[in-house]
Amino acid sequence: MNLHEYQAKEILARYGVPVPPGKVAYTPDEAKRIAEEFGKRVVIKAQVHVGGRGKAGGVKLADSPQEAYEKAQAILGMNIKGLTVKKVLVAEAVDIAKEYYAGLILDRAQKRVVLMLSKEGGVDIEEVAAERPEAIHKFWIDPHKGLRPFEAREMVKRAGLEGNLNKLAQVLVALYRAYEGVDASIAEINPLVVTAEGNIVAADAKIVLDDNALFRHPDLAELREIEAEHPLEVEASNYGFAYVKLQGNIGIIGNGAGLVMYTLDLVNRVGGKPANFLDIGGGAKADVVYNALKVVLKDPDVKGVFINIFGGITRADEVAKGVIRALEEGLLTKPVVMRVAGTAEEEAKKLLEGKPIYMYPTSIEAAKAIVAMVGGAA
Amino acid sequence: MILVNRETRVLVQGITGREGQFHTKQMLDYGTKVVAGVTPGKGGTEVLGLPVYDTVKEAVKHHPIDASIIFVPAPMAADAALEAAHAGIPLIVLITEGIPTLDMVRAVEEIKALGSRLIGGNCPGIISAGEAKIGIMPGHVFQRGRVGLVSRSGTLTYEAAAALSAAGLGITTTVGIGGDPVIGTTFKDLLPLFNEDPETEAVVLIGEIGGSDEEEAAAWVKAHMKKPVVGFIGGRSAPKGKRMGHAGAIIMGNVGTPESKLKAFAEAGIPVADTIDEIVDLVKKALG
Repeated sequence: MNLHEYQAKEILARYGVPVPPGKVAYTPDEAKRIAEEFGKRVVIKAQVHVGGRGKAGGVKLADSPQEAYEKAQAILGMNIKGLTVKKVLVAEAVDIAKEYYAGLILDRAQKRVVLMLSKEGGVDIEEVAAERPEAIHKFWIDPHKGLRPFEAREMVKRAGLEGNLNKLAQVLVALYRAYEGVDASIAEINPLVVTAEGNIVAADAKIVLDDNALFRHPDLAELREIEAEHPLEVEASNYGFAYVKLQGNIGIIGNGAGLVMYTLDLVNRVGGKPANFLDIGGGAKADVVYNALKVVLKDPDVKGVFINIFGGITRADEVAKGVIRALEEGLLTKPVVMRVAGTAEEEAKKLLEGKPIYMYPTSIEAAKAIVAMVGGAA
Repeated sequence: MILVNRETRVLVQGITGREGQFHTKQMLDYGTKVVAGVTPGKGGTEVLGLPVYDTVKEAVKHHPIDASIIFVPAPMAADAALEAAHAGIPLIVLITEGIPTLDMVRAVEEIKALGSRLIGGNCPGIISAGEAKIGIMPGHVFQRGRVGLVSRSGTLTYEAAAALSAAGLGITTTVGIGGDPVIGTTFKDLLPLFNEDPETEAVVLIGEIGGSDEEEAAAWVKAHMKKPVVGFIGGRSAPKGKRMGHAGAIIMGNVGTPESKLKAFAEAGIPVADTIDEIVDLVKKALG
């Protein structure tokens, strides 16, 4: 789950990372009042769940409260990569002397969290990683010991950061404590600023939370913004489905993430474009399949559906019963192709005999058929 | 065959739960030697005629145990795996999905230090065809044969096993290593076992987008593998930055792309199948 910059900064501040004073505004008037309260130059920053806000014009400086009003008015309601800006962070502008990068992310290959530190902050770190990997210094943190102050100091020296060594190291230690404390999967400060006066502040911050750990952070789980997600993804998650909205016109339903990914690949290979990923999971009963069809067919992009089932623990006849219920309730307004194999395959085929469902013996034939029916790529 | 056989004595952690009971029955029916179960607070009871203990330590005191399978809910699952490792169980199969990643980071390191092998989490387990299964896969689709199968997915693996079985090639052992970002055992940890297993003549490796386990496996194959390997990559058409069902099936930045994995396979001389049927064709070709 993504957090907004202001939420990330609130968390970091709680763990002892210095952040510039800032408040959230939902209207230009609020932005003006906050700027008056600070009585200084402020920066107005769009709070949306996408990167590249600056380039899109979603970050602006304001020298007076009146200017804060105008800049907030320009940013609020702006569309950045498909998302409407509904709130802005109004923060005291920072007098930048140096901009660094500090980030924590899971290194899957090493099975540890890695601290990345670079003198080249304030820019897209992925670009730095691609062009000058030697500019990023890495340290893999022992999960049972955490990041110790001496390790952080050594890292600061190794990366060549200039500024108060102890304060810089304290920021890194606090960043790791925050990462662990909220069960993050990414925590980044970019830029980590050394000000003209020599102070160290996190001028921008990003935290992504581990969805699997949200159960132990109910306060953070509440920060989820339903309106920023696709409504069908929200509905599917209420049913407990793994569902991802895609750009095409063929609805895909299958059992098991691997089989569903394979089905998407097949449809693409024969010239079609999937409208979604939907995994009904293991051991699904008829009602689960019925609900899956309901979600997929609610998508106005969908012109046809491909149900791909390999019965293991899931029984193919249970799947058939779900499809038949959807059929009898008049839900199946678009063509449905199906391929079932494995456990209770024969029972499923018997149940579906004579029904207006197109059955195919293999995944590839079913994929070709649905693509022919919806007329190829959208 | 590797890791498990009909003599492997198995403990079930979380045996009194719905999933635990259902799959214990399935494992017993397949011929697996399940000897006991553990559920904290339910010690002294019985499930399917098997004794239930409060702790793993108590279970190992009363029974010699070679492997444990875990059906404990996600919040307590990593702890259950640690409990098994501290009780000295050499093989731990963690079925549970949705375990917090940092729990796994801590547990994986500690379990390794204790000398146990962890398979999973979020995995279907291990099956040696016709011998025993420590997992949740449908046993009947696995016919005993010549091919080792290792995979990050569940259903797709059953489908590949069924196809290999139907083609008369059959399976030695199948290991589902799990779909999470941090798992106990990766492809490259299992390839040496298949390499040394006299029964296994070829290995099918079913990978998917996300992470770099396939790339590491390819490097190992290139340097050490004596037997033919056939590859498969799921999620080749998936968009970047979207999690495709498995928590680990996500392309982040430039890491985990299908291009990188296909390139690594090509460099290691591993032929890649685009469909399940092609897996069978490529294995046939490799075995001559």
